Amino acid sequence: MMREIIDPDKPHHGETINQAKEAVVSIRNLKKSFGSKNVLSDVSMDLYKGENLVVLGKSGSGKSVSIKCMVGLLTQDSGSLKIFGSEVKDLSEQALKALRIRVGFLFQSAALYDSMTVYQNLEFPLTRVIKLNDKKEIRARIEEVLDGVGLLDAIDKMPSDLSGGMRKRVGLARTLILKPDIMLYDEPTTGLDPITSREISELMLQMQQRYQISSIIITHDMACAKITSDRLLVLSEGSFIAEGNYEQLENGPNELVRSFFK
Amino acid sequence: MQTPAILTKQFVATGDQMIFMSSFFRNIFRPGFEWNEFLRQCFIIGYKSFSLVGITGFILGFVLTLQSEPTMKAFGAESFVPSMVAISVIREIGPVIIALICAGKVASSIGAELGSMKVSEQIDAMEVSGANPVQYLVVTRILACVMMVPLLTLMADALALFGGFAASNISNRITATLYFSKAFSALTFTDLVPAVLKTIFFGFAIGFVGCYKGYNSDRGTESVGIAANSAVVAASLWIIMLDAIAVQLTSVFAYN
Repeated sequence: MMREIIDPDKPHHGETINQAKEAVVSIRNLKKSFGSKNVLSDVSMDLYKGENLVVLGKSGSGKSVSIKCMVGLLTQDSGSLKIFGSEVKDLSEQALKALRIRVGFLFQSAALYDSMTVYQNLEFPLTRVIKLNDKKEIRARIEEVLDGVGLLDAIDKMPSDLSGGMRKRVGLARTLILKPDIMLYDEPTTGLDPITSREISELMLQMQQRYQISSIIITHDMACAKITSDRLLVLSEGSFIAEGNYEQLENGPNELVRSFFK
Repeated sequence: MQTPAILTKQFVATGDQMIFMSSFFRNIFRPGFEWNEFLRQCFIIGYKSFSLVGITGFILGFVLTLQSEPTMKAFGAESFVPSMVAISVIREIGPVIIALICAGKVASSIGAELGSMKVSEQIDAMEVSGANPVQYLVVTRILACVMMVPLLTLMADALALFGGFAASNISNRITATLYFSKAFSALTFTDLVPAVLKTIFFGFAIGFVGCYKGYNSDRGTESVGIAANSAVVAASLWIIMLDAIAVQLTSVFAYN
């Protein structure tokens, strides 16, 4: 299926939009199946430096699978997936580890380590991944990032003592503490009430502006998409069917795409 | 001829386990050993199993003495009861029963814990952050089992002898000095050393199976229960099979 690019400044000769910008993630003809089930049949996209790209799609359309391929949690069957110019599936163990430091991933469930306090959750990547030993520096970085998400008071709490929204904030803080260049959000507002969802969406926007992060946001939440998106892609039956900004897709000709906005 | 599906599945599972085991051995010697987590696991596996294992050990010696005493008495061999209890508990019953109890308590809890971490994406979160989940979760738990199961068994063996002494004093009066000198005079290093060595392998089996089942569980809450349950079943089978091999090897090398 041809992708419908709705952009008044659409370049000619099949060029994609934003071609002048630097692509930090570049995917071409990505295919992934599980057994006989074809999840991604032909996915191609670029994420440009500093932009927030929202990916919309029905449940089971392969949105999460595509971002899990980006961090090497899953390996594609065929196609190319480059991050900062490197083909992810060809990276050595060490190179993949180095790449993962630059790519943050916020899980749908926040995935906090439930046997550790908030402080220990945030200390974990600092001491294990970038091997920081200075206790004062560790504490300062943890406090800075927790202050950034407005949860400095929760520093000694256990994850079980936190609400859904607080867990998402701590999960975001734990990811941001390594100062990633790219953030991948897997349904960041799922399961939250509308007010908390809005707060998380605004926080994501603030973090992008503060740290100049490029983000891919997988979501069903149109309020979140409206707040955070610079550009949207719609995934259906294993490939992207539409691309544009929020208003363009909302008023576009495709009935399936418009149905997300109702 | 096509390989039957059940055989293929079994080969794939065996291959998976070998890969997981090699990953464990590779990560033991990597820099950055997780000492704090290792000690925490030793505390959970060792200290928190202390009462269950202790009571089991005591009752084991107590019951064995009560059951065997009438028969031994009929042959006029009552004085051999302490020796018989000591040899049977230390050589065989103690290690196997304690390992099976640890399989029920420890392998299931490791399987359930890692299974729920897998379901809630905590293991994936560790991996995508660039940390090493095998080093943090698997190496520490298996090594803690390898260290704690032999210690728990030795403690249970000692308490079984006390249990035997208590049972002997129900029907007869026997001093502690006489009872323990009778018990220890029958024991040699060839009873104790192979028994301790095999508990190290039992500990490895318990830790490895628990970690493997939990780490490789499917998504969904049901898989946590399956991981815990299959960890107990598989660890118990491993223990029985390892014991059969250990007894054969001991017969060949230690008692000949």
